[in-house]
Amino acid sequence: MMPDLGKYAGAVLSAYAVSLAIIAVLVLWSLWRARRVKAALEKVEARRHGQG
Amino acid sequence: MASIWEYANPRKFMSTTDVILPWIATLSGIALVAGLAWGFFLTPDDYRQGSTVKIIYLHVPSALMAINGWLMMLVASLIWLVRRHHVSALAARAAAPVGAVMTVIALVTGAIWGQPMWGTWWAWDPRLTSFLILFLFYLGYIALWAAIENDDTAADLTSVLCLVGSVFALLSRYAVNFWNQGLHQGASLSLDKEENVADVFYVPLLVCIAGFVLLFLALVLLRTRTEIRARRMRALMARERMA
Repeated sequence: MMPDLGKYAGAVLSAYAVSLAIIAVLVLWSLWRARRVKAALEKVEARRHGQG
Repeated sequence: MASIWEYANPRKFMSTTDVILPWIATLSGIALVAGLAWGFFLTPDDYRQGSTVKIIYLHVPSALMAINGWLMMLVASLIWLVRRHHVSALAARAAAPVGAVMTVIALVTGAIWGQPMWGTWWAWDPRLTSFLILFLFYLGYIALWAAIENDDTAADLTSVLCLVGSVFALLSRYAVNFWNQGLHQGASLSLDKEENVADVFYVPLLVCIAGFVLLFLALVLLRTRTEIRARRMRALMARERMA
């Protein structure tokens, strides 16, 4: 159940919303880049093995 | 027991982190959800700060990680400068965006808390100012890595920048003690029991700190793995161009 935040509700909720959004963006960006670089490296290695 | 220097071998680092990373990420998620839910839903308002005290569960852990993230980069940079282990240089590079984000969260949540409590979003207070400078150092560090094509040169120059920036990381931590002026209060957590926040806020705050530490660790390991792969890819592509 939502606690009664009184007159500071706007400040508290915006602090949580902004922080969690920033953390979510950082996590998703890190995962996306990890996946992209891994796929690109596999492509380069496959090309190299194909040549060798 | 394996020597810590074994992890300077990228292969060893990748195989070890392959196993431990999912555990650290899961523990981080559990600690963050538990700590933030505990702090937000189950702790009372403070008699002076009202419900804004709940911002402490984001502000204190993120500020802590902003400073300690830079100190981790300092240790990794020193290892690079002394022992020339690539993994340590890449770990420092991987930690910078995570530390920068922690600094942003600390600055934003501090401003949101400061508006109703101090009557201003921002003050040129010693701790706030040194924190802003630390954020600028994070940006400069990230930009310097991106600007230099040769990885070893980039690692050398960013390591020196990291040494210089460490002054501001330490100032951010001790500004309140050095200059007994400004709006920012003293430490919320201390070995001195008298300085700590009230017990009812203390335990959920510790859980949140554990969550932020584990999140930082998980993200740095994940991003270091990415940097190791990216470095290998650049090396292979350079070999292809030479052939």
